[in-house]
Amino acid sequence: MTATVEDVEGFKDFKNSEDFEDVEAQDADETTIPPEPPEPPESPEDGAPPERRRRVRRLKPDALFALLGAAAAAVSLTVLISDWFAPFSGPLGFVVLCYPLFLACYAILVWTDESGPILRDRLMAVVTHSIAILVFCVLVLIVGFPIWGGLKSLTHVNFYTQDLRVAGPVQPISIGGVRHAVVGTVEQITITLAITVPLGIACAVFMNESPGRLANLVRTVAAAATALPSIVAGLFVFALLILEFGLPKSGLAAAFALSIMTLPIIIRASDVVLRLVPGHLKEASYALGASRWRTALRVTIPTARSGLATAVILGAARGIGETSPVLLTAGYTQYTNYDPRRGPQTSLPLATFKLVTSGQPNYITRGYGAAALLMLLVLVLFVAARAVGGKGAGQLSRRQRRRRTAASRRVQARFLERRGGFGTTSLEATGLAAIGFAPNDAVPAEPGPTDFVPTDPAATDPAATDRPEPPERPS
Amino acid sequence: MTEQSIPAAETVVVDLPPVTGTEPPRAVRLRARGGDRVFLTVLAGSGILVLTVIAVIGGFLGTRASQALRVAGTGFLTTAAWSPGNGTGGASKFGVAGILTGTVLIGLVAIVIAVPLAFGTALYISEYAPPRLRPLFTSLIDLMAAVPSVVYGLWGFLFLEHRAVGVAHWMATYLGWIPGFHVTGARVHDPLAPLTVYTASTFIAGIVVGLMITPIVSSLMRESFSQAPLGEREGAYALGATKWGMIRTVVLPFGRGGVIGGAMLGLGRALGETIAVYMIISLVFRIQPHLLQAGASSVAALIAAHYGTATPFELSALMAAGLVLFLLTLVINLAASAIIARSRSGRDSG
Repeated sequence: MTATVEDVEGFKDFKNSEDFEDVEAQDADETTIPPEPPEPPESPEDGAPPERRRRVRRLKPDALFALLGAAAAAVSLTVLISDWFAPFSGPLGFVVLCYPLFLACYAILVWTDESGPILRDRLMAVVTHSIAILVFCVLVLIVGFPIWGGLKSLTHVNFYTQDLRVAGPVQPISIGGVRHAVVGTVEQITITLAITVPLGIACAVFMNESPGRLANLVRTVAAAATALPSIVAGLFVFALLILEFGLPKSGLAAAFALSIMTLPIIIRASDVVLRLVPGHLKEASYALGASRWRTALRVTIPTARSGLATAVILGAARGIGETSPVLLTAGYTQYTNYDPRRGPQTSLPLATFKLVTSGQPNYITRGYGAAALLMLLVLVLFVAARAVGGKGAGQLSRRQRRRRTAASRRVQARFLERRGGFGTTSLEATGLAAIGFAPNDAVPAEPGPTDFVPTDPAATDPAATDRPEPPERPS
Repeated sequence: MTEQSIPAAETVVVDLPPVTGTEPPRAVRLRARGGDRVFLTVLAGSGILVLTVIAVIGGFLGTRASQALRVAGTGFLTTAAWSPGNGTGGASKFGVAGILTGTVLIGLVAIVIAVPLAFGTALYISEYAPPRLRPLFTSLIDLMAAVPSVVYGLWGFLFLEHRAVGVAHWMATYLGWIPGFHVTGARVHDPLAPLTVYTASTFIAGIVVGLMITPIVSSLMRESFSQAPLGEREGAYALGATKWGMIRTVVLPFGRGGVIGGAMLGLGRALGETIAVYMIISLVFRIQPHLLQAGASSVAALIAAHYGTATPFELSALMAAGLVLFLLTLVINLAASAIIARSRSGRDSG
């Protein structure tokens, strides 16, 4: 019975709906259809062997043959055409001519035994797949090109330990390196983060803690500032701080320019993350009498910690890669300069730019190496962002949850000890411990803001279910 | 879902169930005291500081730019030349007509290349890719969006430029009748004619910038596609739709705002791109409608090329050009945000 139903094309596609069973479904075998109740393996009526689960995602043989046949036909046709008259030459021309022919042949093959909607479905699947393959190939090419070109310099130890003070354009790769640029990048991004992280996160907390006209204004202006082209930020620092105030071209000036670029990014990303903190966590804290700053520091920010870290790291990755503000403000040198306050200081993107455009083969090789090093740095930051972030606000790993539960237990034990171990206080103690109360603060001087909206259990945020389990009552 | 829990105003009305008789709701007055007052002051201070910094940037750029704008007048937007000099006498002739056109043309070439690529990739990742590999592909695209622009510039400068020349030559030869593809002064049918006339063009810069914004645009599109509701997808399947039928009737209408908004945000990014464009193009100041011909222009590249030798007056002129660029990207970004926020897919993501 089911066999006949499954042969209908639409039903197969329906079964395909497991495709969009998204990331949440860890088990890819799970479909959106509720699992059928397990049938008895052999029904006495028809005596058929037990039906096995079908794999609907597999490419059917006829579709595979159509693809292969179309590819073979397209390649042959292209060879034939480029033999007759060759407006195209080279591998690029071959591909450009071959691909439309392939599509046409495939369409004809499918059209011979399928209907219109299925033909369109198959064609769009092929087009989508080929665009995705093209994009991934091009991106791999872009990333791989400097790594491949820089291998010659990356394999020399002196590339990391020396600067370019003695390495002229004719010196071999075994002399000189990009230490000066690494030092510059690290110092500049450190200063940038020292400026932008406290300011950016405080600003984001401000927008969430005291909403109002001022907060909205800040939010709008920060959003507008993300549209500021990086070169204009560099031009501002160059014209105001360097030309008018006489600050020398230095790492510090570059860090200021980078701060202008990264600050709006960090503010916006942190704002989004902080807004995702479930309201009832804060309400619980207020209900227990915590003040606003305690709630912000001990509930809101810790809950959004991983998201805030991601915001900061992505801002740093963006700042590290910026070339144009540094080009205007840092100056360029081939010497290692540890002092960001005076003297020109080179960063990795700037060194890449200067070396690559120099036109000297050995400098270009070093430029490739500097670009590869820069990408490695960005990759490390990106992986770090994925490791700490990627989780919603308040979602804890198992170890974090265990640690938090243990902390609650300790506080609870201390409470019970001080209060003489009344069973009735344990619940309150747990709640207070969750927001990190010291016992003598337990009765606050002032009432916090209250909000008596009853929490609908159906509407609770899923993150809430991940909160630490209340410790068992001591027996 | 955004949950606002903290009352915005100082006054909070607490609705308690009526206990006895008809007691009017009490107005609870909150005043921050002690630590809270310090805390809120510090927070407001940081907000005001950020506001001040941005206002100083805007104000400084505006004041300096107005010096140049006062000399140039409305001619600033219609003149296609760049020789500001000292801002005195008839020798000072400058305007952004040429460079702004060039910037927009590079942006348009980039968008024409990036949108189909980003669209296909986003559709593949959200609809066709095996579910197990989806997070991996998503991370890869996000990682590509974080690759510094100087790397794209390096690739375009050392890898793409001399390879794309052949393509540009072919397009000029066979498609030269299309406006924009014509190359003046090139002997297209002469096999011995040098190909240098096709280098450093708007076309090549547009390809590089287009590939640079593809990951960002793709990421935004994928985000909106993947939010298409499961119920509607299954409804389409249940009515007998093929996979493409489902995508066309459910996913694409749902993600339309994301597609348009993503493309516009990508355009905003492309207009402001400096270093990759600066590495590739050779700067011209006239209006350059020939996409394939050597010589292109971009506001950002103009600033990068001229800041070092500029007189104070030319610096003002550069700032005026930068301000025009900023206003252009700002308008595009705001429009993109509005489109995303108003669409079905963007409504929930706040």
